[in-house]
Amino acid sequence: MQVSGCARSRVGRQVRRARLYRACAPRNEASRRCRGTVTERRAILTVLTPTDTEQPATRKAILKHRRGSRWMHWINFPLIVIMVWSGLRIYWAERVYSFGILDWEIFHFFPQFFYEWFGINQRLARGLAFHFNFAWLFTINGLAFVIYTWRTGEWRELAPNRRSLRGFVDVLLHDLRIRKGEPPRRGRYNEAQRLTYTLVVLLGALAVISGFALFKPTQLEPLTWLLGGYTSARVIHFSVTIAFMLFFVVHVAQVARAGWRNFTSMVTGYELVDVEPDQPAPPEDADDA
Amino acid sequence: MPEEPELSLEDYRRRSRRSLLTGGAAAVAGLFGWRWVQNQPETNNIPNVLRRGHEFNESLWKSLFRHDHQARTFDREAASILRLNGRRGLRSEIDLDSWQLTVKGPDGAELGQHVLADIRSLPYHEMTVEHKCIEGWAQITNWGGARFSDFMRLYEDRLPDDISHVYLKTPDGQFYLRNGNRLRDRYYVSVDIETMLHNQTLLAYNNLGVPIDELHGAPLRLATPLKYGIKQLKRIGEIQFLTEPGGDYWGERGYDWYAGL
Repeated sequence: MQVSGCARSRVGRQVRRARLYRACAPRNEASRRCRGTVTERRAILTVLTPTDTEQPATRKAILKHRRGSRWMHWINFPLIVIMVWSGLRIYWAERVYSFGILDWEIFHFFPQFFYEWFGINQRLARGLAFHFNFAWLFTINGLAFVIYTWRTGEWRELAPNRRSLRGFVDVLLHDLRIRKGEPPRRGRYNEAQRLTYTLVVLLGALAVISGFALFKPTQLEPLTWLLGGYTSARVIHFSVTIAFMLFFVVHVAQVARAGWRNFTSMVTGYELVDVEPDQPAPPEDADDA
Repeated sequence: MPEEPELSLEDYRRRSRRSLLTGGAAAVAGLFGWRWVQNQPETNNIPNVLRRGHEFNESLWKSLFRHDHQARTFDREAASILRLNGRRGLRSEIDLDSWQLTVKGPDGAELGQHVLADIRSLPYHEMTVEHKCIEGWAQITNWGGARFSDFMRLYEDRLPDDISHVYLKTPDGQFYLRNGNRLRDRYYVSVDIETMLHNQTLLAYNNLGVPIDELHGAPLRLATPLKYGIKQLKRIGEIQFLTEPGGDYWGERGYDWYAGL
């Protein structure tokens, strides 16, 4: 009975063997009891198999993303898809960008099949129509997010600091499995997340600013000048798009890696967490009943 | 409703269900909204709601329009001859010596005829500006000619006060649309009067210091850094002053009617 109590007080349904052994480390009085014989350990494993459908009371849900952030995040997703899609229809009419070394072109944006796959050919006017209309929604949503983040103090969770660049490298090495040991996080996000999420908001601002510089280069001449002129503003606007796409790929991959609980927290606002072993264990008789 | 910093599992389950339903409903609503935009009836080749959006942008930027906001100008050395992009309105033969410009009032009555010397007699202005194509390319070039505002002054006394637009068309006559019974112009634009009266809007006859060549709009073309190239009509044959928006070749083919920069 003690064995099951110990197990239940610590771990959830899908517990892994590694976590089990960690849970049994002699950290306090309750866990010392878990160091049993081999038989007893087997018993723990038996209890912890997924057949245990009863929800143990060792998890709780903590608020991770506020309602406003969630709405704006998810509204932003289709908006950015529409902006990129319509933007590519515009780019198609003058598809001149590539990168390379000196005269050697490594990649031209984009290969022909790209336009065919995504149905981007021959639709400049329509692309402009979608782009110049949805740009307002994108701008309003972005502004709303910045104001909301500022007013609620959420920005404190996002803002990087002097050590963030270093922390970014640490997280990168860890995530690429070059280095063991998870880097520390300040609050909700690790340093890489702080840096990236802040950067992507700034990218959004740059997309809007360079967009206006391209939209009204004569009436907003100082703005266009600030970005180095019309042609340069177009390069910036395009690069921002590519950066957004790269962010998107990494973001989705990282979310997939972080697992289901992390993902659902962006929908429900709450993330399920396991109660730390250091928390007081529930009374013995509670699960003996 | 305030959000608790922590929820019991029971409350969490309730909330998950509600969030999932709300999220699902929002996603479905978004999808329907998207279909709704796509399936709109169209005005001039653009779904109505997007056309309204263009018009909203137009009224916004018209109200922000300032005559003293100038397009950036460049050194003359930076200018080059423009890339050629289409020959609409230029396909017919033209005899530059016998070319005449017709001017009409809002009712269609002819107000005057001009030869190139008349335009040349107006004060000469030159500008080196960036020409912007709606396709996305831009190129610096140099135009010389008369300000449209100076030209319009010739007709000051004979025009009503409420002129709001100017219609320009090429001299290549009219044609019947297939299956149509209305006579149509071949290539034409209309531009709002504010833009036309801006001091960087020229009736240009010189390009890089020499007379404009045929494919760039000889003998007279519109040049203004306040509009995309689609509005800068080459080889002007007729100018009509209007009290309401007029036809616009590209506007009717899905582009923003205003196309202002």
